[in-house]
Amino acid sequence: MKTKLMRHVLAAGLLIGAALGVQAPAARADQALLNVSYDPTREFYKDFNAAFAEKWKADSGETVTIETSHGGSGKQARAVIDGLQADVVTLALEADVDAIAKKTGKIPADWKKRLENNSAPYTSTIVFLVRKGNPKGIKDWGDLVKDDVQVITPNPKTSGGARWNFLAAWAWARQANGGDDEKAKAYVTELYKHVPVLDTGARGSTTTFVQREQGDVLLAWENEAYLALDELGAGNFEIVTPSVSIKAEPSVALVDGNVDAKGTRKVAEAYLQYLYSDVGQKLAAKHYYRPAKPDLADKADLARFADVKLVTIEDFGGWAKAQPEFFADGGVFDKIYQPAQ
Amino acid sequence: MAHNPPQDQGVTTETPFARALLIGLSLIFLLLVLVMPLLAVFTEALRKGFPAFLESLSDPETFSAIRLTLLVAGISVPLNLVFGVVAAWTIAKFEFKGKAVLSTLIDLPFSVSPVISGLVFVLLFGAQGLLGPWLQSNGIQIIFAVPGLVLATVFITFPFVARELIPLMQEQGNADEEAALSLGASGWQTFWHVTLPNIKWGLLYGVLLCNARAMGEFGAVSVVSGHIRGQTNTMPLQVEILYNEYNFVAAFAVATLLALLALVTLVLKALLEHHFSAELSASRRH
Repeated sequence: MKTKLMRHVLAAGLLIGAALGVQAPAARADQALLNVSYDPTREFYKDFNAAFAEKWKADSGETVTIETSHGGSGKQARAVIDGLQADVVTLALEADVDAIAKKTGKIPADWKKRLENNSAPYTSTIVFLVRKGNPKGIKDWGDLVKDDVQVITPNPKTSGGARWNFLAAWAWARQANGGDDEKAKAYVTELYKHVPVLDTGARGSTTTFVQREQGDVLLAWENEAYLALDELGAGNFEIVTPSVSIKAEPSVALVDGNVDAKGTRKVAEAYLQYLYSDVGQKLAAKHYYRPAKPDLADKADLARFADVKLVTIEDFGGWAKAQPEFFADGGVFDKIYQPAQ
Repeated sequence: MAHNPPQDQGVTTETPFARALLIGLSLIFLLLVLVMPLLAVFTEALRKGFPAFLESLSDPETFSAIRLTLLVAGISVPLNLVFGVVAAWTIAKFEFKGKAVLSTLIDLPFSVSPVISGLVFVLLFGAQGLLGPWLQSNGIQIIFAVPGLVLATVFITFPFVARELIPLMQEQGNADEEAALSLGASGWQTFWHVTLPNIKWGLLYGVLLCNARAMGEFGAVSVVSGHIRGQTNTMPLQVEILYNEYNFVAAFAVATLLALLALVTLVLKALLEHHFSAELSASRRH
């Protein structure tokens, strides 16, 4: 009978499902850490995780598996708030960590003071990536609002990098206009009229610029720009460092609520501390992050970074002030941004 | 060719030129939107040769994505097979109040955007969601874990089996079942020996489509996945990740597997239609 066949098919399907289901947890190691991070850190943490796992094995004899999740910083913070069981978060900006702290209480409010350098083991800045030969002659922020220039940057509502882009542009315009915030606002408004598409994360924007060949200039993390050169051929793109940029401090934090529930506090703390070690700092510099302790990194890696005048988030009154003012619902960005036609 | 009209022209009155033009246009269209993208996927995947293709598939994260996709489909397809038969049976064989509502509800997953389907589960089972606090206090993880992926997939693929069976069962009517019952068969026997054999090809067809969607779904699972590498990324999500990491060969290698799955589904579907067109005819009318 044909029905017999169907019964077998059904049974086989269930069996396969059950077998796979049993297998999945068994593949896990002694200890597993989940690092919820933002977009451009993929390559860095791949190397760093391997280094840390080796060290942890040597020190404690335990095998630790580090799982990672990457995406736009704001989106990742939202996932942790919604219950993604992160042991540590390594996000693009402190406002996202603050959001987790405030909404869940799983991170204490003073988390920033728990680690050196405002809990930022590496910093970065915002640079321009342009097409080979810089056909539109883009040298500084002022050139971005020329008539025929299209700018690629992600959405500041979902992407941490995009918020740094926004503030760096603002900082330049404010300085260029003798500290006039209204003129800065006018410039940034004009700038976003030159943005044809807002991706949700920095990596999405890079792909838009590099793969889909949209736009004339990409506002990018310095490390992301160098990575694009490495991965996709230095011949196709050039990096332009503007006269003024912002010191972006990606923040790392332990998610106390989760590590205590999972019993992973010790290894998670060691993981974050290791970011500040010579190994962590060397790897950061190798992946084009500016290390918090430059003396621990290789000189040759450091020489690649251009000298640029950097403002900091403190010039905007800190994230606690800048986040609601610029990026909250109804904030400055919502007021100035009109989707490009 | 266009100057040589065939004798057996049939009922159409178009000139041979118009026929050639129409056929040509549809062929070009098919070539552009179906064949070329498919070929592009395969050429990209094999750009660096077959060994590189195989190597990229044996990456542990990719391997776990394949395993997870099979697991999710392995759970949700049988579930929807049962749900689908039950729902179709209820709607086709019985008269009751609210039948129209039920019938519309079955179509809901078709009409709702997959992103919303995912978000609904986050709202329900997320840490800030309705059931979140209770789930957390009991240590149950649904969102950002396998159960969430299965739930989202079950939701998305629910209509496939039911929609395939309802017209078929309605067409077949109750006569066979009534005959069986009047001859003393139990309800269960009637279902097993009369109804099921009648609908088996339509059922298989629905299961095929259901499986294809379960393995290929992106939107809803993306929302509930959490994107933990090697843990909660299904094949479509892994394709996106690999692509975003500039790992194009690997991205397209995984895409090739999904494309192959689609091809197998299509071939099986064509075979079914060819051999059992009469039994399937009712189901193709909707």
